[in-house]
Amino acid sequence: MLSSNIKGVINGFPLRIEVEKVVEKQVDFNPDFLKNMFSKIDWKALADASKIMGYAELPEEVPDASVLDSDEFLQKFHHALLELHLEEGALVCPETGRRFPVNKGIPNMLLHEDEV
Amino acid sequence: MFLWLSKTSTAPSCRSVKSPPPHSVKMSSRPELQAPPEIFYDDVEARKYTSSSRIVGIQAELSERALELLALPDDDVPRLLLDIGCGSGLSGETISEHGHEWIGLDISKSMLDVALEREADGDLILGDMGQGLGIRPGVIDGAISISAVQWLCNADKSCHEPRLRLKAFFGSLYRCLGRGARAVFQLYPENNAQRELILSYAMRAGFAGGVVIDYPHSSKKRKEYLVLTCGPPSMSTTTPNAKGEDENICSDDDDDDDDGSEDEENQTVCISDRHRPRKKQRITKKGKTKSWVLQKKEKMRSKGNVVPPDSKYTARKRKARF
Repeated sequence: MLSSNIKGVINGFPLRIEVEKVVEKQVDFNPDFLKNMFSKIDWKALADASKIMGYAELPEEVPDASVLDSDEFLQKFHHALLELHLEEGALVCPETGRRFPVNKGIPNMLLHEDEV
Repeated sequence: MFLWLSKTSTAPSCRSVKSPPPHSVKMSSRPELQAPPEIFYDDVEARKYTSSSRIVGIQAELSERALELLALPDDDVPRLLLDIGCGSGLSGETISEHGHEWIGLDISKSMLDVALEREADGDLILGDMGQGLGIRPGVIDGAISISAVQWLCNADKSCHEPRLRLKAFFGSLYRCLGRGARAVFQLYPENNAQRELILSYAMRAGFAGGVVIDYPHSSKKRKEYLVLTCGPPSMSTTTPNAKGEDENICSDDDDDDDDGSEDEENQTVCISDRHRPRKKQRITKKGKTKSWVLQKKEKMRSKGNVVPPDSKYTARKRKARF
């Protein structure tokens, strides 16, 4: 989940997610890391991605930095960013329609020879 | 045949797979001479790699040092690091121990499967670093890579051009790193030309930095790290000091042409030298002096051996009654 959000620009961002199986992992909650990541995340991409994976608690529009103080928001952010994990499925490039299959939680980003 | 010849002649440091492997290569000495990474690290090799306690120890030591060279700000905030060529997550384990999050990239599926079995904390991606990293700009706080970058210098497929692959790799790495972020690569270059090729492409991508060589005198413990910083050169981008290095002894072989005149002067033997008494450094009857012992210890230290610290007891004479 994390990689699919942060990763992206092969030929455009964000990669669309095709879900076959989602797992939730328990990850330790760390507010410092979340605050560090907040400015780097493309919020809309994260909100859309987590909605596709079945978690619709995140607000649609970009929240301002003041929400970082609220513990409730951070918990939601933490869950969407770190605990949702795409186990089986695919990432699809929005421009070219190229599918990158995801197996056992590992996205296969290898390109063919003619795509380099 | 002609194609291959022209390729190697333009790139002396780049090796094509079609060239016959050197006959004296030992099994474990240089895996990149044997097969492409995604083929060499198959299921058997990946398991062997991770179950060898010697390799696990070395990997942990190398990653520890790489993290030290990365010089992340010491404020206990977990950073997002990139591990290029993460393999089975041995180096990632060290990152997790330091409390950082990491994303691992590797080309070998078998290695990543082992990483999954070992329940690595980071997120894993199957990808080829020579095709570019494909990570959004500016999100990564630092990158480490243990014994991986030298694989880029090999042309394992007909479509591989090492120079383009190096360019794609360093270019995409530069983009995804935040400003002022560092990247540390531990690497085993085959020769000086290969080291310079890697370094020159890193510089072309916009990185500042250089090579740090730990224990340059020791053949076994000698380790090279490429320390790169995003952004223009400044005081903060100077490369850190290496371990086990007393002075700048590493002379570049390329400078030989420029120093030719100086060398000639040094080589002429003065007449006074001929009459020098031959055994000048004869050890005195009293035995080895303290200065001799200290000198010897210093030499061993520079080779990276474990030497007891100097104290007032060092080389002290025993009392007669002993």
